[in-house]
Amino acid sequence: MTAPVGGVPTPDPGARETLPRDAGAWAAKVDRLEVQPRDGARASNVAGRRLMGPVQGFGKMWQKTYRVDVGSSISPTQAIATWKAHFPEFWPAGNRFSGALTGIQPGDVALLDLAMGGGVRLSTGVFVLYADDESFTLMTPQGHMFAGWISFSAEAERGTTTLQAQVLMRANDPLYELGMMLGGHAKEDRFWAATLGAVATRLGAPEAPVQARSVCVDNHRQWKRVGNTWHNAMVRSMAQRLGSPLSSRRRPS
Amino acid sequence: MADAIVTMEARRLDERTSVVDISGEVTSSCEPALMAAYEAAGGPRAQRLILNFSGLEYMNSGGIGMLVTLLVRAKRQHQQLAAYGLSQHYRQIFELTRLDEVIAIFDDEPAALAGAGRP
Repeated sequence: MTAPVGGVPTPDPGARETLPRDAGAWAAKVDRLEVQPRDGARASNVAGRRLMGPVQGFGKMWQKTYRVDVGSSISPTQAIATWKAHFPEFWPAGNRFSGALTGIQPGDVALLDLAMGGGVRLSTGVFVLYADDESFTLMTPQGHMFAGWISFSAEAERGTTTLQAQVLMRANDPLYELGMMLGGHAKEDRFWAATLGAVATRLGAPEAPVQARSVCVDNHRQWKRVGNTWHNAMVRSMAQRLGSPLSSRRRPS
Repeated sequence: MADAIVTMEARRLDERTSVVDISGEVTSSCEPALMAAYEAAGGPRAQRLILNFSGLEYMNSGGIGMLVTLLVRAKRQHQQLAAYGLSQHYRQIFELTRLDEVIAIFDDEPAALAGAGRP
């Protein structure tokens, strides 16, 4: 098929824009994250950070999909409403999601405190990029172990409601990429399988098996992104924890 | 989620350049339609692929994810990817997700052709 240049009309730039129905589901544009301090959650690895899409990461790009069927007694919108309202409760033990009091709303920033094994904890955060009645998406900031987003959705399929968590990501820097290769991917698989299992249990399907599928979308590493290491929240979290006894000792009582 | 209502039609402007006209609702379920349009646009043979979003009515985060996978495919083939016809709302979403750093955005088709380095 061929067509002359400019053969398809484009909108009149002067015309008043009518917002599409997805307008309320997307977060407003932000350049750098702002976060209010919350009890027991470290915000220093999140405040002022930029968001990182899968394009901005370092490692191989992966698409990981986790699915579970929860039966026909609950609709997709009911399932997502429950998931959003109780999101932190479904995380595996030892991991903390400190979200806004309003739940999961576009533009919210949540602080994360993650157990990485060996007593190491990672303090980072996520940004609510998109949220509607049937899905919501979290996007990661600089310093998070991966650059990308996680979409949670529910759909009615063959008479049953299926929940899905789908991660599209690259490890943010070489240190994280190494960690992913040395067991990080398996740990992440266990994390999301446990999360979906917990949601399914809440929705009345405690025995439902979680199916996992990983696809390497791009097996090239982006060496021009090696500078992402500067923001590595794992290194910073360890330094902050090592430094905190000294700083508290110096602090006047 | 119901199947998205979308049309994606390819126009080959010349040996090197193709346009994909996207109309309707873009979600992750559009991936087969987008990949079919990519092949109709010349697949890996096209050096410049321009996405026309003038008819875009709805896009969720799954749709943005699908564009990332198209971007990876285009990059693997050393193809240039550009877009035009985005409303202010969708332009802001490209900026928020930082897709604007890797997909050049133009106001209209002539600008996209010129900006994509057409001789």
